[in-house]
This record gives sequence, C-alpha cells and structure tokens, in this order.
Amino acid sequence: MKKGRYGDYGGQYIPETLMNAVIELENAYEHYKNDPEFNRELEDLLKNYAGRPSLLYYAEKMTKDLGGAKIYLKREDLNHTGSHKINNVLGQVLLAKKMGKTRVIAETGAGQHGVATATAAALMGMECEIFMGKEDTDRQVLNVYRMELLGAKVHAVTSGTQTLKDAVNETMREWTRRVDDTLYVLGSVMGPHPFPMIVRDFQSVIGREIRQQLLEREGRLPDAVLACVGGGSNAMGAFYEFIPETSVRLIGCEAAGLGVDTDQHAATIAKGTRGIFHGMKSIFCQDEYGQIAPVYSISAGLDYPGIGPEHAMLHDTGRAEYVPITDEEAVQAFEYLSRTEGIIPAVESAHAVAYARKLAPAMKPDQIIVVNLSGRGDKDVAAIARYRGVQIYE
Amino acid sequence: MSRIAQAFQNKKAFIAFITGGDPDLETTEELICAMDQAGADLIEIGVPFSDPTAEGIVIQEANARALAAGCTTDKLFEMVSRVRRRTQIPLVFLTYMNPIYTYGKERFFRQCRTAGIDGVIIPDLPFEEKEEVAPICAEYGVDLVPLIAPTSKERITMIAKEAKGFIYCVSSLGVTGVRSEIRTDIGAMVRLVKSVTDLPCAVGFGISTPEQAAKMAAVSDGAIVGSAIVKLVAKDGKDCVEAVSEYVRSMKEAIAGLDDFTS
Repeated sequence: MKKGRYGDYGGQYIPETLMNAVIELENAYEHYKNDPEFNRELEDLLKNYAGRPSLLYYAEKMTKDLGGAKIYLKREDLNHTGSHKINNVLGQVLLAKKMGKTRVIAETGAGQHGVATATAAALMGMECEIFMGKEDTDRQVLNVYRMELLGAKVHAVTSGTQTLKDAVNETMREWTRRVDDTLYVLGSVMGPHPFPMIVRDFQSVIGREIRQQLLEREGRLPDAVLACVGGGSNAMGAFYEFIPETSVRLIGCEAAGLGVDTDQHAATIAKGTRGIFHGMKSIFCQDEYGQIAPVYSISAGLDYPGIGPEHAMLHDTGRAEYVPITDEEAVQAFEYLSRTEGIIPAVESAHAVAYARKLAPAMKPDQIIVVNLSGRGDKDVAAIARYRGVQIYE
Repeated sequence: MSRIAQAFQNKKAFIAFITGGDPDLETTEELICAMDQAGADLIEIGVPFSDPTAEGIVIQEANARALAAGCTTDKLFEMVSRVRRRTQIPLVFLTYMNPIYTYGKERFFRQCRTAGIDGVIIPDLPFEEKEEVAPICAEYGVDLVPLIAPTSKERITMIAKEAKGFIYCVSSLGVTGVRSEIRTDIGAMVRLVKSVTDLPCAVGFGISTPEQAAKMAAVSDGAIVGSAIVKLVAKDGKDCVEAVSEYVRSMKEAIAGLDDFTS
C-alpha cells in the first residue's frame, strides 16, 4: 500500500503552506517512535499520569440482565481527563516538544480532546489554543471553563454549522497562519497523513491491553469488540490489535441522531459517499455536488460528517462492521448503564453500549463482547436531563 | 498560444478573483465582462464550497452566499458557457478537491473544456497528490496551476518544473484576506521558479491597494486580488458591477506602468 493510504483512502489533500509541516511531523514521528528515551517518557506518562493500564471490567449485572454473551467494559473513562483522548494527546504533545514546538492547537467537539490537549499542554509547558464550534461551547459549557482553568485559550467558531467540522476548518486555518512554532494536535484518526497513522498508533494501546487483560481473565480473545465512531479514534485504538484476528468481530457504532431516514444524523458509513475533505480521501455525508452536509447527533463528539480513512477501508473490505445508533437508543443506554452497573458513560460511548444491548442476547453465554467505554458521562448529565425534559443548571 | 499565456504576453498581468454565484450567477456573468473591459488580464472564478479551508472570512462568506442563492457546479458551467460567447479573457476555476471528485473528475474537466475554462487552481491538492487529476487535466487541455507558499522552500523548484499555465505564488502565511503588509521575500521565490521554468509567476493573498499590487507585480509577472473585490461585491450586491470595474481599472493602471520592466 502506498504511504499514507488505506486502500484508495487517506492521502494528504492540504494546502501547500502546510506540506513541509506534515513532512516534518512525519519525519519526527518516524524517528521518535523507535527512540527508547521517547518511549520510556511516554510509557511513564501513560502509567503515572494518565493511570494506564485502564481496567477491563466484567459487567456481570449487565451480562445477566441481557442473558447472552459475557460483557466486558474497557474503562477508558477512568483515564485522567475522563476519556481515551489522553492516550493520543500525551504522545503528540510529547512529540511536539521533542520537535522544538512551543505551541499546540486543537479542535474539539464534545470538549474531551480539547480538555486532554489543554491538560498535556499545561503539564509540558506549552502554549495551547482550542477551537470549538459555537454550538458545542454552548452545550459543553463546563468543558470550556475546564480548558480555560488549564490555561488554554478557547475560540468559539462561528462559521458554517458551528460544530466539530467547522472547528477542524478553523484549526487548519490557524495552522497555516502560524506553522513554525505550532503543532496541530489532531484528535482523531483523520486528516492528512501522517495524522491517521499517528493517532491510531498512540490509541492502539487500548486494543493491546484488551488482548492481554482478556487472555489473563478468560484465556481467550473476544468474539466482538464494540466502539462508537465519529472520526473513529477510540474505535481504531480498540480494533487495531485485532485486525489480523479474523475471529474477532469489529463493530463501530455511528451516531444516527433522529434516524438514518431523516436528515438529522451523523451516520457517515450508513449514508455517506466517497469524497476528499479535511486532508483525506474517505467517506463523507455530502450532497451530489460535494457540499458537506450539516450533520446532527445528541453527542457533540460524534457530530462529524466524515470518518477516518482506515475505517473507510475496513468497511469496504468487510473487516469491520458499522451500525447506526439513534439518539434515543444512546440515551436509553446511558441511563441503563448508570442504573445497572453504576457507571455513567459518555453519551458517545453510550452508542456502543446501546449496540451491546442488541447484540449480547443473540450471542451464546460462552461468547465475549468487549465494549470500549471511551469516556465518562459527567459532561453529558445536563444534556441528558434536557433531553428528558428536566431543566438543571450546570 | 493559450489564453493563459496571452494574459502574461509582454505585460504584467492583473488577475481578479470573484466567487461564482455571489450574489447570483447573472451578476457573476456581468462582473466577468465588466472586469475584462476594465483591464483585467485573467479572471479566477471560485467554485463555491461549503468548507473553504484556505479562505479567510471574506471569501468564506461569499461561498456561503453563493450556495444559499442556489449556485451549483452545473449552473456555474452553464454561466461560463454563456459568458464565453461574450469574452475571450482567460478563465480559471479556483476549486477545492471535493466538488471535482464528487462531480466525477472526468466529467468535471470535460465540462471545463466544453464551457471554456482554461485552468484550475486547487488549494487542497499539493504536488504529492496532483496525479489525482493531472492526467485528466492534460487530456482535456485544462492547465493545473500549482501554488507555492512562503513555507515551500526547497519544494519550489520541484513544483515549478511540472507546473502548467502559471504559478500561483502565495505571498504570506495563513488564509486569503486583506493584509496591511507583506513581508515575504517574493523576489527570491520568483527567482527560484524562474531557474527551472519559463512559466509566469503571479502573486496573491493579501493584496488590496494599487501600491501593493505594483510592488508585488514589480518582482513577479502579475498580481492576484480576491478578497478586496469580493468585499465590494458583498457591500453592493447586484449593484456592485460599477464599483468593481472602477477598482479593477485602478489596480490595472498601477501595475501597467511596470510593463517596461517586464523580466
């Protein structure tokens, strides 16, 4: 396969102004990923700062209630900053520092990647600016203040649909304005090469731990690994280790919003077509003229009209399956996991929990599902309350 | 000689940019003819896109206005076919990759040739990805105009060697938009280009005043102005044609005085 390509997907469709910057990043990454000192520092950060390895928790009550496959939850929600985003961010900000950069910029949807980036920047003494759609700064007020507490400057993006895609647009624009001292810390397995590769590699610790922990507990591999998919970083992190293990079903859960038969969804694989946008050839929600569609999901983190190029390839080859989950199903799963296991999941992760509820009863008790619980749900409590018609003030 | 080559023949070129369909396609058609009359040597037409990531706020808003007014790639091609019967000025599309890719690459460039588009500038198609469309552009005789940027450095000669039509020299870091000052050593960039190709090299991004245009054209083969014109379109809407003509005339005059020094 050509460098930076996943089948025909991927590539580097970006302005010339940024080309030397991504080449510099790729060269630095290729150097440092094999550098023992870099890896020691990163492992130390992951263990002693982020709290890795994250638990693989046997959800016994949920398993009994659903009456089918055994369900394990990979507790990425227990990481420092409350989601899997920290895995990638510690790697990228450490890399930025090694590259001599003094400033990091990032997009964020729900705010989890923004919070993680601001956290790593604070820890490593970097200047940090976060771009977040105006609609998201409104629905994730707490995360905005959290980022500011951590010393980051948060820009509310008012262009376009004022959500995650526009935050990515604005971060790319900012990078072209100031490229010498700045690294764009991309939050998902998307964008131009080398980002999909770098983010996947830094997130692949999730799948490696799942394999090891499950082998210790059960002496076998899982039958299915479930994860929610927006751009697809937590899913790729959970899937990557298992791609060669064809007995393991890999299932990505997309945000179907009000339903894939409405125009209020963000289900890229279910409803999208091939295109070239945000630096990559992949699959996007768009019209016949290539205008990117305004997408919708209750979950700000999945409210994105595209998907990472490696997911697009895994879909085309049939190695991974992608299923749509509606807002209503996700909210029910959010409440279900809270009551059944005492774990409040991020509304993003609740999409994967929702599919586990459908899948487990159809499987045998000696089979195993691992759900990647990519984040915790504290940030979503007010939004879920509003969804249920309860007004609470954050 | 191609229409693009003629634009630079024995003179410094003034290149005007407008977003297609802003405020509507009838006005775009009138603007093209009026700017031709006012002395523009080449016109860039922006194909409206929902997410123009290389543009500053002025052209972003123009894209949004054009799409809201119902402009589509098909309607834009129809307008170009109409205006081609009225003028022979070289016309170049500025378009992101996605409108080309989703329309069908082959179909897009076949339509370019039929309608009379002479070249394309694709801000999100760097040298490394140009094979995506370069063979099809060549097949339909549409010049694929590359961009070079202040960060390009050693990449400039590689890009210039395989350029077609002309080379778009990006004057500054960042996105399109009016700037009070351009600090890049444009002369050095142009000299690198000239060391490997005879193609003309025009400078864009940030130019709005006659003085800036003259300064940039003095060290290159022409000046490209977009946001300053689009601002006039935004201000006067359908009634913008006269103001734009007047502006184009003043810019062309500012650089016409340099023709004796053509490199």
